[in-house]
Amino acid sequence: MRRVLLVLALCMLSAAVSAQAIQPMPFRDRAEEVRFQKLSAELRCPMCQNETLADSNAPIAHDLRRQVFEMMQAGRSDDEIKAFLVERYSQFVLYKPPVEPSTWLLWFGPLLLLAVGGIVVAVQVRRRARLAPAAPPANDNGDDW
Amino acid sequence: MSRLLPLVAFLLLAGLFGFGIWWNTGHDPHDIASPLIDKPAPAFALPVLGEPSRTVDKTSLLGKPYLLNVFASWCVECVHEHPILMTGVKRLGIPLVGFNYKDEPQAATAWLAEHGNPFDVVVADRDGRAGIDFGVYAAPETFLIDAKGVIRYKRIGPITPDVLENEIRPAIAALAKETP
Repeated sequence: MRRVLLVLALCMLSAAVSAQAIQPMPFRDRAEEVRFQKLSAELRCPMCQNETLADSNAPIAHDLRRQVFEMMQAGRSDDEIKAFLVERYSQFVLYKPPVEPSTWLLWFGPLLLLAVGGIVVAVQVRRRARLAPAAPPANDNGDDW
Repeated sequence: MSRLLPLVAFLLLAGLFGFGIWWNTGHDPHDIASPLIDKPAPAFALPVLGEPSRTVDKTSLLGKPYLLNVFASWCVECVHEHPILMTGVKRLGIPLVGFNYKDEPQAATAWLAEHGNPFDVVVADRDGRAGIDFGVYAAPETFLIDAKGVIRYKRIGPITPDVLENEIRPAIAALAKETP
């Protein structure tokens, strides 16, 4: 029990620290805040390239969060905000790149690998089925060892 | 054939890893190719450092190519880049415009006084908004902008002698050959 409390306290501490690191924005309501959090979690910080805009504490991430916030306040849609950033920082800022010829390998590569693996397995299984005798060995008493 | 299959798979994987290594040594993964190359530079109107009442805007710089160097007094790499701005870049024969990015004017002025001022004019982007329009994310950065105000080249990171001779000088020479 004591350990659980300790872990809980540590979690709260880290949450408090990260909440402090990123300055709060004057959101109009909860819905706007949720929208902002969702959008900034989909955008990538150009400076510290493994962090989202929401997580990063780099100055440029701070500036871009401010930019996103201001555009939201000005009534721009998520797509417009993303287009604005892509125009300036390229598709690199999108954690979820659009499906287009240059990203086909990224989107469909895993499926392709899965299909190739499936074919290899199927071929092997068929070959072994052909090689192995159809009837089970005579001394098979159902005991595997 | 089926005995060779593991070897073939291994060779394919080895080839893939080799490609990955080659790909990542050929270019810096931190360089994001700017989508602004060959596009008109964003319109900007920024106060001159030390003379807040005077503004320089994009149209006032049209007519001849110039280099725009993004720097700041807080930027460590800018100190390393600075000597080549004072010598090689300054002697390229085109204007060198300083873009003081997210900096305190006093700190920037003191920095230029300490290290020397290679710039023909320095504009100050205190809050970094014009920087966002230029896609700036890591000072120092250098843009080559042609006479019509189109961005033709961008360097992310400090200019090295190699970059100066093999990238910037040829790019300026190519601009000079274009018929105006």
